[in-house]
Amino acid sequence: MFEARLRKILSVFQGKRGALISILQRVQEEFGYLPEEALKEIATFLKLPRSQVFSVATFYAHFYLTRRGDHLVRVCQGTACHVRGASDILETAQYCLGIKTGQTTADYSYSLERVACLGSCALAPLMVVDDRLYPQLTTNKVVEILKSGKDTQKEKGAN
Amino acid sequence: MRPSQKKIKTPVSLKDFRESILEREKSDGKTIIVCCGTGCLASESDDVREAFLNEVRMHEADEEIAVRKTGCRGFCEHGPIVVVEPDKILYHSVKKEDAAEIVSGTLKGQMVERLMYEDGATGQKCAHESDIPFYKKQARVVLRHCGHIDPTRIEDYIKVGGYDALATTISRLSPEEVISCIKESGLRGRGGAGFPTGRKWESSRNAPGEEKYIICNGDEGDPGAFMDRSVMEGDPHSVLEGMIIAGYAVGAQKGIIYVRSEYPLAVRHLGTAIAQATDLGLLGNNIMGGGLDFQIEIVKGAGAFVCGESTALVMSIEGKRGLPKPLPRTNTSIVGLWGMPTVLNNVETFACVPAIILNGAEWFAGMGTEKSKGTKVFALTGNVKNTGLVEVPMGTTLREIIFDIGGGIRGDRRFKAVQTGGPSGGCIPESLLDLPVDYESLARVGSIMGSGGMLVMDERTCMVNMARYFLDFAQNESCGQCTLCRLGTKQMFEILDDITKGDGRPDDIEVLLELAGAVMAGSICGLGQTVPNPVISTIKYFREEYEEHIHEKRCRALVCRSLISYRIKEYRCKACMLCLKACPVDAIIGGKRQVHEIDQSKCIKCGSCMQACPPKFNAVECISGPVSH
Repeated sequence: MFEARLRKILSVFQGKRGALISILQRVQEEFGYLPEEALKEIATFLKLPRSQVFSVATFYAHFYLTRRGDHLVRVCQGTACHVRGASDILETAQYCLGIKTGQTTADYSYSLERVACLGSCALAPLMVVDDRLYPQLTTNKVVEILKSGKDTQKEKGAN
Repeated sequence: MRPSQKKIKTPVSLKDFRESILEREKSDGKTIIVCCGTGCLASESDDVREAFLNEVRMHEADEEIAVRKTGCRGFCEHGPIVVVEPDKILYHSVKKEDAAEIVSGTLKGQMVERLMYEDGATGQKCAHESDIPFYKKQARVVLRHCGHIDPTRIEDYIKVGGYDALATTISRLSPEEVISCIKESGLRGRGGAGFPTGRKWESSRNAPGEEKYIICNGDEGDPGAFMDRSVMEGDPHSVLEGMIIAGYAVGAQKGIIYVRSEYPLAVRHLGTAIAQATDLGLLGNNIMGGGLDFQIEIVKGAGAFVCGESTALVMSIEGKRGLPKPLPRTNTSIVGLWGMPTVLNNVETFACVPAIILNGAEWFAGMGTEKSKGTKVFALTGNVKNTGLVEVPMGTTLREIIFDIGGGIRGDRRFKAVQTGGPSGGCIPESLLDLPVDYESLARVGSIMGSGGMLVMDERTCMVNMARYFLDFAQNESCGQCTLCRLGTKQMFEILDDITKGDGRPDDIEVLLELAGAVMAGSICGLGQTVPNPVISTIKYFREEYEEHIHEKRCRALVCRSLISYRIKEYRCKACMLCLKACPVDAIIGGKRQVHEIDQSKCIKCGSCMQACPPKFNAVECISGPVSH
């Protein structure tokens, strides 16, 4: 199963120059992170040393080598967000989820990350949960958003 | 739906195509335009648009009112923005519940006054975009179509004269003439460094190489900048057109747009635009019968700030780590992607090109200052009333941008500083507010133009904390090749971190300045050479704040957490429990009818209690130093 999914992605890039980063992006879209096995396969496919694949995967901020949570909370730490209290927003998110930035909750429901800038600076401070952008946050709003998210999770779990 | 899937094979057929669209879409009715840029979408403009469509359907008014979406209009903070054309009535902060009133008003020829923008200075309602001070002083060249056309329809772009510049280029100008036109216009790279665009094109044209490339840098990595995002989202075809013209001038057949993956909407709109242009034959082989072959593909970035640097960006497209090439290095314009001549320009630069070709070099050179021509887009953010995208002629003063267009400081607090150029720029104090904004003036005061971020700070911003913020960013984003950049930025960050925690040492300021000089001298790329700027400029203009932190352990802006405390004024507390509920760490003791108190040992100083306390009680205060009992 795993191998078939991986092979399908790789086949698209057959003979394409400089495809490593695009491949890593596609693989991560598929699996949510970059499993070690996948990195080895990619190295073989591209005829590159494994060290090179690993070095690229660790150089760029978007690639993860471990499993992520089902939901990704990204708190913007851009300049505009910073002067409007983004560090308080991040800290509150940490307390709400009970994890530090860069970590994933034990039940793999949430991962928390800081992001350099989401480019929606006029609406600072903001965060993105999966694909939904929450503008003009206050610490109180963060508590509401993350708590209600957790409650929905629990309900889903109960059903 | 396209009128025909026929290709546009000649400049004349482009004209025919335009006329057929104009004829088909001719209407005497009104159009309700809903901004669907990322900013407005975050304020749920999608639902607003849906609500308008429903209302129009309910009134069976499809003939009288059309509903369309556009890209960013720049007035993001007041989104969602809705404009009724042809009268150009602008409504802001529109909710889906307002759709009914606007639609019935529009049908009756009435305006909805309560949704109009109110000029804070005069208290007057502004009915039209042109009446609003935010737009009045702007000169929109790069943003000429943003907010006016639907970026997902090539017909909209062609309707307003799109691809005319390309037709002119192919039918009337030689590649050399294009280059000299761009040179005469005085256009300089909008990515930050300000290198003359025409000269860059010329050196690529003259460089030997079987293949040549045009790369559009859409890796807008500066935190606090979103000009390029708005252009890619709101007017993708003008970027493509600029790139195709560059391809013609340089003799390149392949274009690549490198976009940040944090910008999903930009990626989508560019993708749509490329597909549409290809369908119509505006990309592909023998474009408009002029013998030009040109294709464009999108490459998504993977989250590395250093990839904004040209040689690092090229490495990244080649699938490698984004490391700037060691010195001495040949310019990318001569040895670039896959070792071939490569023109690398910023999104905004390419978007200027069609306008220059159409209106002439003199027109563009007529705007701006002696050495900085044309206009520049700024992302005006921070503690200013009207945040958003602003385009002004070069040479406009900081004061005009911040106070006339930006409306001044929020909450009528005191202006403290403005930061331009992102992590590579500097903080400019109040005494320099009359500085004209151009490449040279900004460099003279220790900042840079950069890509166009403009962050306004008020008295509640701590300058040491700002410097710490930028160095934190720099040490994270340093690629690690140069020792001084890798370790120097880290050391600088740690010293700044200590100062903000109240652990500063008397000689810290001197050490910081020495390190800053070393990092700049010992780095091979623009990142290391500029990231000490925020530290140097804040020390230069706000040295007393550093000294207060170091010697008095005091943060006058009440920002540095280790140096402040929150407390509840007993005599004002109404024991309403709001702060108690808001505290994320349960640090507030008390209950119903029991005055609240903060347990200082648990408090994380997040300020939630202060936000939660109703303004009429105003019982929570932030003080310098620890709470004394």
